[in-house]
Amino acid sequence: MPGKGLIVRQRSLIAITAALAAGALTLTACGSRDDDGGSDSGNGGGGGTTVVIGVDAPLTGDLSALGLGIKNSVDLAAKTANKEKTVDGITFKVEALDDQGQPSVGQQNATKLVADDDVLGVVGPLNSSVGESMQKVFDTAKLVEVSPANTNPALTQGVDWQKEKVRPYKSYFRTATTDAIQGPFAAQYVYNDAKKKKVFVIDDKKTYGAGLAATFTDEFKKLGGQVAGTEHINPDTKDFNAVATKVKNSGADVVYYGGEYPQAGPLSKQIKAAGAKIPVVGGDGIYSADFIKLAGASGTGDLATSVGAPVEELPSAKEFVANYKAAGYKEAYEAYGGYSYDSAWAIIEAVKKVVEDNDGKLPDDARAKVTEAMQNVSFDGVTGKVSFDEFGDATNKQLTVYAVKNGAWGSVKSGTYTG
Amino acid sequence: MNELPQQLVNGLLLGSMYGLVAIGYTMVYGIVQLINFAHGEIFMTGAFGALTVYLYILPDGTSMLIALPLMLIGAMVVSVTVAVGAERFAYRPLRGAPRLAPLITAIGLSLALQQAVWAWYPGAKSKISFPQIEGGPFHIGSVTIQTGDIFLLVAAPVSMAILAYFVMRTRTGRGMQATAQDPDTAKLMGVNTDRIIVVAFALGAVFAAVGGVANGLKYGDIDFRMGFILGLKAFTAAVLGGIGNIYGAMIGGVVLGVAETLATAYIADVPGLDKLGSQSWADVWAFILLILVLLFRPQGLLGERVADRA
Repeated sequence: MPGKGLIVRQRSLIAITAALAAGALTLTACGSRDDDGGSDSGNGGGGGTTVVIGVDAPLTGDLSALGLGIKNSVDLAAKTANKEKTVDGITFKVEALDDQGQPSVGQQNATKLVADDDVLGVVGPLNSSVGESMQKVFDTAKLVEVSPANTNPALTQGVDWQKEKVRPYKSYFRTATTDAIQGPFAAQYVYNDAKKKKVFVIDDKKTYGAGLAATFTDEFKKLGGQVAGTEHINPDTKDFNAVATKVKNSGADVVYYGGEYPQAGPLSKQIKAAGAKIPVVGGDGIYSADFIKLAGASGTGDLATSVGAPVEELPSAKEFVANYKAAGYKEAYEAYGGYSYDSAWAIIEAVKKVVEDNDGKLPDDARAKVTEAMQNVSFDGVTGKVSFDEFGDATNKQLTVYAVKNGAWGSVKSGTYTG
Repeated sequence: MNELPQQLVNGLLLGSMYGLVAIGYTMVYGIVQLINFAHGEIFMTGAFGALTVYLYILPDGTSMLIALPLMLIGAMVVSVTVAVGAERFAYRPLRGAPRLAPLITAIGLSLALQQAVWAWYPGAKSKISFPQIEGGPFHIGSVTIQTGDIFLLVAAPVSMAILAYFVMRTRTGRGMQATAQDPDTAKLMGVNTDRIIVVAFALGAVFAAVGGVANGLKYGDIDFRMGFILGLKAFTAAVLGGIGNIYGAMIGGVVLGVAETLATAYIADVPGLDKLGSQSWADVWAFILLILVLLFRPQGLLGERVADRA
């Protein structure tokens, strides 16, 4: 028999492996890269100069349903601009990168987009946490970024936005409304219209989810509602039974979830299975057909707020919906399709302004000029009037409540939060 | 209402799942001292095997009563094939190599299997729905048990009993014990150790397959990443119970599952710990438990072998 030394070595191997395991637990990114996501956007344009519109969104993994809708909608905008020769002498191309919903990957993508001189604007990302990691990279390069989906207020109004609004980055814009409006809007609907008085608040601790849950809770308490309990889930797991049992025993009559549909769906299902037949309410992050798929039949009656008025019902969106269908994309445009199209179109409008001011050519400092022009962009887009306020936020602050009915989201009420 | 019984059942169910997967880690470790990190993916491929049987082999609308046994067989076939293939082509060539070489191979294999399913299984790029057993939940006192959990509740103890019988009473089982104690002597006594090692991999895969089916039934959907976190948890459970000890794996799994559930349910009520009590902290508490157990019982809850052998 070998001596004692081997025993020690064996134990230390277990120690190394345990450490590896613990480390790997925090590193759960396993999706694969989809770098060849760039698509050719038709060559109907006037030839000459090519301008690339970058896209950064989760194209694989759990959130890909939303991400692919963003990518396709931007692609449609570029194709339309090329076909209609919106900007003389400029052909738009789309370069789509996959961030897998991971801030670190998003930052790498931002660096990559900055390195490509043809990129004059970027649409994306989906997640506020990813947006946070990309802002500085773009701002240093003076490259304009328009997010169709980030709703965390701090991105445009600074971390102390509740006390004093300070815009951190001049190159960052968004067409989506912020959670400073979305959370309270949801609270008003839940308290006044749905008549629920006792809420259990759950979030996933991410920038978006935690921020949204906080603005909801503040307004709900202000209205006189009661918070029966709070919980933070671990987005890497799918067993929420312990939380569901807590919700059931708290006596809450409604659950508010700050987070996204990959967790919200199973969470809703498990809460109902535990015996709490109460609606789960969430923000734009759960407003996806995949939520209904994951939540199953018991998801009927769950609510979500999302940015803007329902695209299907807007007269201004008819053309977009028809064109999207005609283009034959495999994936639906989902919650942010209209906003992504408008974000891309805002970039196209800004490029147009810059080119027109420079005798039909792109200036040398095109990126800085486009960023400057973005501040004053104003046009009638898919989702209504598109323009930005002094923080880079959309001036259109419409929101809509949707409910799950017969296996689909149906709009219930549109409006905005006025304080 | 007192929620403790329900939370204990929640923990028991979660823990049984960990235990089923942990058995594969512990058996392979007990015999070849290899931490088979690809075992979580063997569990995942098992779930996909069961789904394949349901979607592509059985006619539409087959009753789950008939489908479930066939799905189990499909899951086991796929899992065992993957596990035995991994042993033959990835681990056996490295049998004499330093310990770290097969460990790294296992991690690489784990990623490769995930990506293979992601790339080639139709629809696996996002979550896929898993067939469900019809029927409402069952109520026993204040405890609710979901229909999908019944399978896990029955399968885990039954498979444990079968395994115990196999290891204790059959010739191959005794051969496994002998190989675990001392491979060289076992060989001299006429035990075909190569065959025993393959059996250990295959048996672990069978349990992983049962776990994969149970996971699909419990949560209603499966995806290519399902084995990664669960595999790490199961490995933790195996260490907690005493790696190398099959009963330890099951007990470690249940202890880990119950600890996570109770941490989620009750830590927040402890004065001063309200910020550390949510589910996002449950893993931290589970690992604190692991560290405490290993401090006082370095061999794990039931383990004795690690100290004995070598």
